[in-house]
Amino acid sequence: MVDLVAKSPGAGVLPVTVGALTLAEVDLGHLTSIAPYVGQEEAASTALKSAHGMAFPAPNRTTGKEGARAIWFGRGMALLAGPAPDAALMTPAALTDQSDAWACVALTGEGAENALARLVPVDLRAVHFKRGHTVRSLIMHMNGSITRIGADSFLILVFRSMVGTLVHDLKQAMEGVAARG
Amino acid sequence: MRLTCPICGERDRREFYYQGDAVALRRPAPDAGDDPWADYVHLRDNPAGETRDLWQHDGGCGAWVVVTRNTVTHEVLATVLAEDAARARS
Repeated sequence: MVDLVAKSPGAGVLPVTVGALTLAEVDLGHLTSIAPYVGQEEAASTALKSAHGMAFPAPNRTTGKEGARAIWFGRGMALLAGPAPDAALMTPAALTDQSDAWACVALTGEGAENALARLVPVDLRAVHFKRGHTVRSLIMHMNGSITRIGADSFLILVFRSMVGTLVHDLKQAMEGVAARG
Repeated sequence: MRLTCPICGERDRREFYYQGDAVALRRPAPDAGDDPWADYVHLRDNPAGETRDLWQHDGGCGAWVVVTRNTVTHEVLATVLAEDAARARS
Protein backbone atom coordinates (compact mmCIF):
# COMPACT_ATOMS: atom_id res chain seq x y z
CA MET A 1 0.00 0.00 0.00
CA VAL A 2 1.05 3.53 -0.67
CA ASP A 3 1.70 5.41 2.54
CA LEU A 4 -0.57 8.46 2.36
CA VAL A 5 0.32 11.61 4.23
CA ALA A 6 -2.60 13.64 5.62
CA LYS A 7 -2.48 17.33 4.73
CA SER A 8 -4.20 19.96 6.80
CA PRO A 9 -6.69 22.16 4.87
CA GLY A 10 -4.49 25.23 5.13
CA ALA A 11 -1.18 23.55 4.30
CA GLY A 12 0.87 25.89 2.12
CA VAL A 13 -1.34 28.99 2.58
CA LEU A 14 -1.46 29.46 6.36
CA PRO A 15 -0.46 31.05 8.68
CA VAL A 16 -0.67 34.63 7.44
CA THR A 17 0.33 37.67 9.49
CA VAL A 18 -0.45 41.22 8.43
CA GLY A 19 0.21 44.04 10.89
CA ALA A 20 -1.29 43.10 14.26
CA LEU A 21 -3.49 40.36 12.84
CA THR A 22 -2.69 36.69 12.46
CA LEU A 23 -4.70 34.10 10.62
CA ALA A 24 -3.71 30.59 11.61
CA GLU A 25 -5.08 27.11 11.40
CA VAL A 26 -6.49 25.46 14.50
CA ASP A 27 -6.88 21.76 15.10
CA LEU A 28 -10.27 21.28 16.74
CA GLY A 29 -10.04 17.49 16.87
CA HIS A 30 -13.09 15.50 15.81
CA LEU A 31 -15.88 17.46 14.16
CA THR A 32 -19.30 15.83 14.33
CA SER A 33 -22.58 17.39 13.36
CA ILE A 34 -25.43 16.55 15.72
CA ALA A 35 -28.92 16.92 14.27
CA PRO A 36 -31.62 15.89 16.77
CA TYR A 37 -34.59 14.02 15.32
CA VAL A 38 -37.97 15.76 15.44
CA GLY A 39 -39.17 15.93 19.03
CA GLN A 40 -35.85 14.59 20.37
CA GLU A 41 -34.19 17.96 21.02
CA GLU A 42 -34.36 17.61 24.83
CA ALA A 43 -33.17 14.02 24.78
CA ALA A 44 -30.23 15.02 22.57
CA SER A 45 -29.32 17.84 24.92
CA THR A 46 -29.48 15.51 27.92
CA ALA A 47 -27.35 12.90 26.16
CA LEU A 48 -24.80 15.53 25.15
CA LYS A 49 -24.69 16.81 28.72
CA SER A 50 -24.12 13.44 30.34
CA ALA A 51 -21.60 12.29 27.70
CA HIS A 52 -19.61 15.45 27.11
CA GLY A 53 -20.67 17.87 29.87
CA MET A 54 -22.41 20.50 27.76
CA ALA A 55 -25.98 21.22 26.75
CA PHE A 56 -27.18 21.49 23.16
CA PRO A 57 -26.50 25.13 22.22
CA ALA A 58 -29.31 27.60 21.54
CA PRO A 59 -29.26 29.43 18.18
CA ASN A 60 -26.26 31.77 17.85
CA ARG A 61 -24.58 30.32 20.95
CA THR A 62 -21.94 27.77 21.88
CA THR A 63 -21.59 25.56 24.93
CA GLY A 64 -18.62 23.79 26.44
CA LYS A 65 -15.10 25.18 26.42
CA GLU A 66 -11.87 25.01 24.49
CA GLY A 67 -11.08 21.44 23.56
CA ALA A 68 -14.70 20.27 23.77
CA ARG A 69 -17.17 22.67 22.30
CA ALA A 70 -20.67 22.45 20.85
CA ILE A 71 -21.18 25.17 18.26
CA TRP A 72 -24.66 25.98 16.98
CA PHE A 73 -24.39 25.19 13.30
CA GLY A 74 -27.67 25.98 11.62
CA ARG A 75 -31.28 25.07 11.98
CA GLY A 76 -31.61 22.07 14.31
CA MET A 77 -27.90 21.33 14.19
CA ALA A 78 -24.82 21.70 16.35
CA LEU A 79 -21.19 20.86 15.67
CA LEU A 80 -19.38 18.93 18.36
CA ALA A 81 -15.73 19.97 18.15
CA GLY A 82 -13.13 18.05 20.12
CA PRO A 83 -14.10 14.65 21.46
CA ALA A 84 -15.30 11.72 19.40
CA PRO A 85 -19.08 11.52 19.91
CA ASP A 86 -20.45 9.17 22.53
CA ALA A 87 -22.56 6.31 21.13
CA ALA A 88 -25.46 7.42 23.38
CA LEU A 89 -25.96 10.42 21.09
CA MET A 90 -26.95 8.17 18.21
CA THR A 91 -30.42 7.40 19.58
CA PRO A 92 -31.85 10.95 19.71
CA ALA A 93 -29.83 12.52 16.88
CA ALA A 94 -28.28 11.94 13.48
CA LEU A 95 -24.49 12.13 13.74
CA THR A 96 -22.18 12.85 10.83
CA ASP A 97 -18.40 12.86 11.00
CA GLN A 98 -17.26 16.11 9.38
CA SER A 99 -13.67 16.13 10.62
CA ASP A 100 -12.12 16.41 7.17
CA ALA A 101 -14.84 18.64 5.69
CA TRP A 102 -14.05 21.97 7.33
CA ALA A 103 -11.16 24.35 7.37
CA CYS A 104 -10.87 25.76 10.89
CA VAL A 105 -8.92 28.99 11.28
CA ALA A 106 -8.49 31.56 14.02
CA LEU A 107 -8.19 35.26 13.32
CA THR A 108 -6.37 36.86 16.23
CA GLY A 109 -5.10 40.31 17.07
CA GLU A 110 -6.20 43.84 17.78
CA GLY A 111 -8.65 44.98 15.11
CA ALA A 112 -9.89 41.49 14.24
CA GLU A 113 -13.45 42.84 14.40
CA ASN A 114 -12.55 45.51 11.86
CA ALA A 115 -11.24 42.92 9.43
CA LEU A 116 -14.40 40.85 9.74
CA ALA A 117 -16.60 43.96 9.48
CA ARG A 118 -15.32 44.29 5.91
CA LEU A 119 -16.58 40.84 4.99
CA VAL A 120 -19.42 39.74 7.26
CA PRO A 121 -22.93 41.32 7.16
CA VAL A 122 -23.45 40.80 10.91
CA ASP A 123 -22.45 43.13 13.74
CA LEU A 124 -19.57 41.27 15.42
CA ARG A 125 -18.51 44.04 17.80
CA ALA A 126 -18.01 42.93 21.39
CA VAL A 127 -21.08 44.82 22.66
CA HIS A 128 -23.35 42.58 20.60
CA PHE A 129 -21.19 39.56 19.98
CA LYS A 130 -19.58 38.28 23.15
CA ARG A 131 -17.26 35.38 23.81
CA GLY A 132 -19.12 32.15 23.08
CA HIS A 133 -21.52 33.77 20.64
CA THR A 134 -21.60 32.31 17.16
CA VAL A 135 -23.26 33.01 13.80
CA ARG A 136 -23.81 31.19 10.57
CA SER A 137 -23.37 33.93 8.03
CA LEU A 138 -21.41 34.95 4.98
CA ILE A 139 -17.69 35.71 4.76
CA MET A 140 -17.58 37.78 1.57
CA HIS A 141 -19.63 35.46 -0.70
CA MET A 142 -19.03 32.28 1.22
CA ASN A 143 -21.10 30.51 3.85
CA GLY A 144 -19.29 29.95 7.09
CA SER A 145 -19.47 29.76 10.86
CA ILE A 146 -17.94 32.50 13.01
CA THR A 147 -17.46 32.20 16.76
CA ARG A 148 -15.88 34.65 19.18
CA ILE A 149 -13.32 32.76 21.26
CA GLY A 150 -11.64 35.74 22.93
CA ALA A 151 -11.53 39.52 23.21
CA ASP A 152 -9.58 39.76 19.95
CA SER A 153 -9.97 36.34 18.43
CA PHE A 154 -12.51 34.60 16.27
CA LEU A 155 -12.86 31.00 15.16
CA ILE A 156 -13.90 30.75 11.51
CA LEU A 157 -15.07 27.57 9.80
CA VAL A 158 -15.62 27.26 6.05
CA PHE A 159 -15.82 24.31 3.70
CA ARG A 160 -12.39 22.80 3.35
CA SER A 161 -12.33 23.28 -0.43
CA MET A 162 -12.88 27.04 0.02
CA VAL A 163 -9.88 27.74 2.23
CA GLY A 164 -7.96 29.45 -0.59
CA THR A 165 -10.83 31.90 -1.12
CA LEU A 166 -11.11 32.50 2.63
CA VAL A 167 -7.41 33.27 2.98
CA HIS A 168 -7.52 35.57 -0.07
CA ASP A 169 -10.51 37.55 1.23
CA LEU A 170 -9.30 37.74 4.82
CA LYS A 171 -5.79 38.72 3.80
CA GLN A 172 -7.19 41.59 1.77
CA ALA A 173 -9.30 42.70 4.75
CA MET A 174 -6.32 42.38 7.10
CA GLU A 175 -4.24 44.55 4.76
CA GLY A 176 -7.06 47.10 4.79
CA VAL A 177 -7.04 47.15 8.58
CA ALA A 178 -3.25 47.52 8.64
CA ALA A 179 -3.42 50.41 6.18
CA ARG A 180 -6.52 52.27 7.35
CA GLY A 181 -7.65 50.77 10.69
CA MET B 1 -33.27 45.63 3.27
CA ARG B 2 -33.30 43.65 6.50
CA LEU B 3 -35.22 40.44 7.11
CA THR B 4 -35.80 38.86 10.50
CA CYS B 5 -35.07 35.17 10.45
CA PRO B 6 -37.28 33.50 13.10
CA ILE B 7 -34.22 31.53 14.25
CA CYS B 8 -31.20 33.83 13.76
CA GLY B 9 -32.72 37.27 14.25
CA GLU B 10 -32.50 40.33 12.02
CA ARG B 11 -30.10 39.82 9.14
CA ASP B 12 -29.02 41.46 5.93
CA ARG B 13 -30.93 40.67 2.75
CA ARG B 14 -27.84 39.23 1.06
CA GLU B 15 -27.95 36.21 3.38
CA PHE B 16 -31.33 35.26 1.92
CA TYR B 17 -32.36 33.58 -1.31
CA TYR B 18 -35.69 34.60 -2.85
CA GLN B 19 -37.89 31.79 -4.08
CA GLY B 20 -41.16 33.53 -4.99
CA ASP B 21 -44.80 33.49 -3.99
CA ALA B 22 -45.43 31.26 -0.97
CA VAL B 23 -47.62 29.11 -3.20
CA ALA B 24 -45.79 25.90 -2.32
CA LEU B 25 -47.64 25.93 0.99
CA ARG B 26 -50.97 25.77 -0.87
CA ARG B 27 -50.30 22.68 -2.97
CA PRO B 28 -53.53 21.12 -4.27
CA ALA B 29 -54.41 17.48 -3.63
CA PRO B 30 -52.95 15.04 -6.19
CA ASP B 31 -56.44 14.31 -7.57
CA ALA B 32 -57.67 17.91 -7.53
CA GLY B 33 -57.95 18.03 -11.32
CA ASP B 34 -56.34 20.09 -14.09
CA ASP B 35 -57.58 23.56 -13.23
CA PRO B 36 -56.31 23.79 -9.64
CA TRP B 37 -53.00 22.29 -10.74
CA ALA B 38 -52.64 24.67 -13.71
CA ASP B 39 -53.32 27.55 -11.31
CA TYR B 40 -50.79 26.20 -8.83
CA VAL B 41 -48.07 25.76 -11.44
CA HIS B 42 -48.60 28.81 -13.66
CA LEU B 43 -50.80 31.53 -12.19
CA ARG B 44 -49.48 34.15 -9.79
CA ASP B 45 -50.93 37.36 -8.47
CA ASN B 46 -48.84 40.47 -8.89
CA PRO B 47 -50.18 42.58 -6.06
CA ALA B 48 -49.41 46.24 -5.44
CA GLY B 49 -49.48 45.89 -1.69
CA GLU B 50 -49.13 42.98 0.67
CA THR B 51 -47.52 39.83 -0.66
CA ARG B 52 -46.32 36.57 0.91
CA ASP B 53 -43.06 35.18 -0.40
CA LEU B 54 -40.84 32.24 0.40
CA TRP B 55 -37.23 33.08 1.18
CA GLN B 56 -34.46 30.79 2.29
CA HIS B 57 -31.90 31.87 4.84
CA ASP B 58 -29.26 30.01 2.88
CA GLY B 59 -26.40 32.24 4.03
CA GLY B 60 -27.35 31.49 7.62
CA CYS B 61 -29.27 28.71 9.33
CA GLY B 62 -30.84 27.31 6.14
CA ALA B 63 -34.47 27.73 7.23
CA TRP B 64 -37.28 28.50 4.78
CA VAL B 65 -39.16 31.60 5.85
CA VAL B 66 -42.51 33.07 4.76
CA VAL B 67 -42.03 36.82 4.53
CA THR B 68 -45.08 39.11 4.39
CA ARG B 69 -44.09 42.41 2.86
CA ASN B 70 -45.62 45.38 1.11
CA THR B 71 -44.46 45.87 -2.48
CA VAL B 72 -45.55 49.53 -2.47
CA THR B 73 -43.99 50.76 0.77
CA HIS B 74 -41.26 48.06 0.98
CA GLU B 75 -42.25 47.41 4.57
CA VAL B 76 -41.50 43.94 5.90
CA LEU B 77 -44.56 43.11 7.99
CA ALA B 78 -43.96 39.62 9.32
CA THR B 79 -41.67 36.62 9.03
CA VAL B 80 -42.60 33.10 10.06
CA LEU B 81 -40.93 29.72 9.58
CA ALA B 82 -42.40 27.96 6.54
CA GLU B 83 -42.75 24.84 8.68
CA ASP B 84 -44.96 26.72 11.16
CA ALA B 85 -46.97 28.34 8.37
CA ALA B 86 -47.58 24.93 6.79
CA ARG B 87 -48.57 23.36 10.10
CA ALA B 88 -50.95 26.25 10.84
CA ARG B 89 -52.73 25.52 7.52
CA SER B 90 -53.18 21.81 8.07
